[in-house]
Amino acid sequence: MSEAAATDHATTTGMSHNKLAMWVFLGSECLLFGALISTYLVYRGRFATGPAPGDIFDIPFTSVSSFVLLMSSLTMVLALSAIKRGDLRNNRIWLLTTALLGSLFIGGQVYEFTTFFREGLGYTTSPFSSAFFTLTGFHGVHVSIGILMLMSMFISSLRGSLRKEHSETVEIIGLYWHFVDIVWIFIFSVIYLVPSPTS
Amino acid sequence: MSTDTAPTDVAVDDSNVDDHDHPSDSKYFQIALILGVLTALEVATYYVDIGPALIPILMVMMVAKFFIVAAWFMHLRFDNSLFTKFFVGGLILAVAVYVIALSAFEFWSKG
Repeated sequence: MSEAAATDHATTTGMSHNKLAMWVFLGSECLLFGALISTYLVYRGRFATGPAPGDIFDIPFTSVSSFVLLMSSLTMVLALSAIKRGDLRNNRIWLLTTALLGSLFIGGQVYEFTTFFREGLGYTTSPFSSAFFTLTGFHGVHVSIGILMLMSMFISSLRGSLRKEHSETVEIIGLYWHFVDIVWIFIFSVIYLVPSPTS
Repeated sequence: MSTDTAPTDVAVDDSNVDDHDHPSDSKYFQIALILGVLTALEVATYYVDIGPALIPILMVMMVAKFFIVAAWFMHLRFDNSLFTKFFVGGLILAVAVYVIALSAFEFWSKG
């Protein structure tokens, strides 16, 4: 069999099975985050004697965090564009930038959680606090896993084992990263911007 | 000895599977600008009182941002339609399940 023919029929369906698997996984993740967002919506008015959501959310701060995560999607897609061109130097720069923007977002989340804790909102303070920390915490874990994958690709690239022919690996991890961004788009609007109950 | 056995120690070239044209970098910057403007408009609703139109407007901007990221940054617009079907299938299932769940909790009437 010629090399060209072998490449044309790389999979039995003619499409990337790795990418298909990632899309199926992301489809299932919609159910996970749907459950967490719904739980928050049910419990957001149940804050007992603890702080109410409308009293503690810092919208300007969270807006900046949201913008940072949104722009990390741009740098991620630029990293993919670079490796597809065979531009490994720019690929590394954009991968590292994406990881740094993700880290900045996580840093902001740690700061937010710490501030809330100091204001009397612990994980078990009220049903609202449990639902809020579970939802945003799960999202933060997803972002952190994304950062680890980005850094893993960055190190692979430095070692010379991430080349143009591996661009699909960057694309698949990029899909995960963009999904994490999409979930935050939902969280930011539904949890932070829709008016919340106050005490 | 057979000579047509596939070699096992050759790096797999995955660059030609599902190969499709991606937008240019300048297009990505334009998309990011649109997303940035939409985010700024969302944040503006926090400071400007627009009454009962607030939630519908926020939902429209949220959905618009979702579709822009999925279509352009995740390349669903250019990729095999099966990827879109799997993702949208999961999304529709999630929305249906949780709308029913929220209805069971009387969320829509009690908030």
